Amino acid sequence: MESTNFIWDLMGKNLWSVVAVISLPLIFVLIYALVAILAELKVSAWIQERLGPMRTGPWGILQPIAEVIKLLQKEDITPTAASKILFNLAPYVIFTGAYAAFAVIPFSEAYAPANINVGLFYIFAVGSFSAIGIVMGGWASNNKYSLMGAMRSVSQVISYEIPAAVAVLAVVVLTSSMNMMEISRMQEGGFWNWYIFGGPGGWTKIFMIPFTLTLAIIYFIASLAETNRLPFDIPEGESELVAGFHTEYSGMKFAMFFFAEYANMFVVAAVVTTIFLGGWTSPFGSFLAGAGWGAFWFILKSMFVVFLQIWIRWTLPRFRVDQLMYIGWKVLLPISLVCFIAISFFSLLNLG
Amino acid sequence: MTEIKRYDLEYSQLDSDRMRINVGPQHPSTHGVLRLEVEVDGEIVTEVVPHLGYLHRSFEKHCEKMTFPQIIPYIDRMDYISAMNNEWPYVMALEKMLDVKVPEKVEFIRVIVAELNRLANHQIAVATFGMDAGAFTPFLYYFRDRESIIWILERLSGARLLYNYFRVGGMAADIYPGFKEDCLEVVKKVRKTNEEIMDLLIHNNIFIKRTANVGVLTPEVAINFACSGPVLRGSGVKFDLRKDEPYSVYDRFDFDVPVGVGEVGVVGDCWNRNMVRMKEMEQSCRIIEQALEMMPEEGDVTGGVPRRIKPPKGEMYIRTENPKGELGFYLVTNGTDKPERLKARGPSFVNLSVIPEISKGYMFADLILILGSIDIVLGEVDR
Amino acid sequence: MSSYLKNVWAGFYTAVKGMMITSRHMFKKSVTIQYPDEKFDLPANARNKLVLDMSRCNACTACAIACPVNCITVEGVRVSPEDPHQEVHADGKPRKVWVTRYEMDLAKCCFCGLCQAACPSDAIKHTQDFEYSAYNKESLYFKYQILTPEQSAEKVRLLAEFKEKEAAAKAAAAEKAATEGKPVAPKKAAPKADEASEQ
Ligand code: SF4
Ligand code: SF4
Repeated sequence: MESTNFIWDLMGKNLWSVVAVISLPLIFVLIYALVAILAELKVSAWIQERLGPMRTGPWGILQPIAEVIKLLQKEDITPTAASKILFNLAPYVIFTGAYAAFAVIPFSEAYAPANINVGLFYIFAVGSFSAIGIVMGGWASNNKYSLMGAMRSVSQVISYEIPAAVAVLAVVVLTSSMNMMEISRMQEGGFWNWYIFGGPGGWTKIFMIPFTLTLAIIYFIASLAETNRLPFDIPEGESELVAGFHTEYSGMKFAMFFFAEYANMFVVAAVVTTIFLGGWTSPFGSFLAGAGWGAFWFILKSMFVVFLQIWIRWTLPRFRVDQLMYIGWKVLLPISLVCFIAISFFSLLNLG
Repeated sequence: MTEIKRYDLEYSQLDSDRMRINVGPQHPSTHGVLRLEVEVDGEIVTEVVPHLGYLHRSFEKHCEKMTFPQIIPYIDRMDYISAMNNEWPYVMALEKMLDVKVPEKVEFIRVIVAELNRLANHQIAVATFGMDAGAFTPFLYYFRDRESIIWILERLSGARLLYNYFRVGGMAADIYPGFKEDCLEVVKKVRKTNEEIMDLLIHNNIFIKRTANVGVLTPEVAINFACSGPVLRGSGVKFDLRKDEPYSVYDRFDFDVPVGVGEVGVVGDCWNRNMVRMKEMEQSCRIIEQALEMMPEEGDVTGGVPRRIKPPKGEMYIRTENPKGELGFYLVTNGTDKPERLKARGPSFVNLSVIPEISKGYMFADLILILGSIDIVLGEVDR
Repeated sequence: MSSYLKNVWAGFYTAVKGMMITSRHMFKKSVTIQYPDEKFDLPANARNKLVLDMSRCNACTACAIACPVNCITVEGVRVSPEDPHQEVHADGKPRKVWVTRYEMDLAKCCFCGLCQAACPSDAIKHTQDFEYSAYNKESLYFKYQILTPEQSAEKVRLLAEFKEKEAAAKAAAAEKAATEGKPVAPKKAAPKADEASEQ
């Protein structure tokens, strides 16, 4: 099996290369988060016919850095009545959960930090980690708004993991692999081989396109809920719960929540990219394909999904708790199950 | 076969406390400094107690120490979102007491500025309502349009928000050349944006699901609580002082009084209250267009203002249709140049009193929406 | 079932429709401006910072009376005809009253425009300048002074002297009249001067 990590090839397996492998995604997360924050500011500004930040650097591109510096300078308040250990631990737990998921993301043909065989499963496992962090933060703050936010968040994450998992499972049925690298490789050869368009196969795969497309949308919607983005941001629900579970946080701990949210956004975007949008494969067959271009395509596609999330956030109103549950259990789950069964059936007939 | 076991939960034995939450006075969506003491059972609201007075400025007592023209700036600060509409009943009351005849042109200017201000008020109401529901973008689209309304009013009166434009028997200043074109432009803009917001927000399925069938205010309750304005009309009661008790020149215009008809929910829910505001904007546009057409070119706007305002001893109650409801001023004079007593009947205050009645049994998130759909402004609630 | 599907479809369709609307706005020109660099034009009658033209003011106190928040304090003293320092008013007439004190507390002012409307000589005016915020209230307390306190005291003294003289002259005249048996017509100027100095 050829190597899936260029750092191993270059440096061999030693302590330094391990550090390099671990820290590369971290550097990526930090840079990406800054870009995503800027993107959120700027996209929201364009949608609302505003200029957005313009003062820090040309067209305000240094704004996220300024914001991070501002947050670093802020007083780090721990409420007296808070449960100190849990309160201080919560942001790190959430960030760890988000960061751990980066371990299996195949950025390119030649780079996935850890190319394990149960990559998708692993992502779901560490994805639920953030729920624990949110509950810790919400409960430990000793604030009623935080507590309500935390409670809402748990029920939300738990119920939306199921449709998301079913949607992913359908692709797993088609690929018979949970290795994200494998899944990406299977979609090589142009955008019509992506699983959003039914995956590779003969003309008979047209019957599968409606189902895979629906599953992609379902996974995307569920991922919005998992990352607590509007229209599913009820754990933070600004107009109801002030700031939800992070009401009491300030300074660097708040920044951690912030980073974790954006990191989580990228994780789900990466999953959508990998399993539905072809991962690092080029949309034009062998044109612009290769290890370097792979990373380019992967990040481009993921950023497009992140952009979609931002776009939706600034368009739609927010759901209510019970409606959220309704959508999760009564809309997304049945539809995804129907699609799952249909796809299993097709793959049984070897249509795909 | 094993015996079927039944699990009967004794709910009374479960320890489920109700939680008391303090919403406000510092909360993102209490529209000012309103404080709501909310008791929730999980997410369900079981009790709401509004606490007022964080913005109390003793308006009524203060007025007893002020001469009549000096009161007008204070009235602006009651409902600062629709200041033009606020000033109107007050100057009308004084005009009635002094027996001042208001020139024709002044009446038309008053109608136009009041309707422009009604547009601005409803835009804010719908926009903040959408923001309560989580949609931030329509809010800014409305504020962009409101800017052009404010620009007209600023050019007329000199101030952006607290106009102090009405005078007893006239206006502070005449209209500027090009006023008509500006108004028509605004009307066009408002219509265009409303069309867009209809698609973007009002008919969005999430928004409908959030607001329809929520906070249902039946006509009986609405009348018993003396609600007025879009809150009352949203419940299907066709009552608009501009039609039912036409003051000024409102009897000359052709406009409808929109009421809630329950397109998507039941009559009297949040969606219908909001929809009434949307429809009223269209009616205001119609009134503005007609008034611009009918307004006489000539006329002395500032000349009729009496130098000393000293109404005879007596009392007077005048009510007009504010964007938020019925605004009345009860004026008692004692023959000097200061009022003996000035009582304001603010629509926000009266409409707010219905909150505990209609928000019980809904979810906590709904409470915020119900509050938003009532469209209060705390400057007027606390005065 | 059909209503369920319709509902799901409506949710999806209206969301996409909303996204189409917002995407259209993405490419429109922004309406906000870079504030300190660019500014909106304010109308000529904008009611912002108040300025006083001392050469026009004649301490009539109309503005102070009209103001609802009492943020204007005016004091004046009548110009004594014997004052060596006479001045011509901005409207071409000789100055009748010295403004010994004119103070404006713009921290209190509510920009209602009533003082501007009340002023008979267009001395107090709103300007378009709205950028004068300050860190402490004292710097919003404007004192318009053309006379130093000593000068003011001097003017008061001059007027008092003049009045004394006048009174003496009047008394002399009255005495004269009494001796001649003629009634004296009451003078009008004296009470007016009193009024002005009291304010
Ligand atoms: S603008 Fe109004 S508040 Fe300000 S000084 Fe003039 S009268 Fe007083
Ligand atoms: S009203 Fe005009 S002239 Fe009279 S005191 Fe005031 S500023 Fe001076």
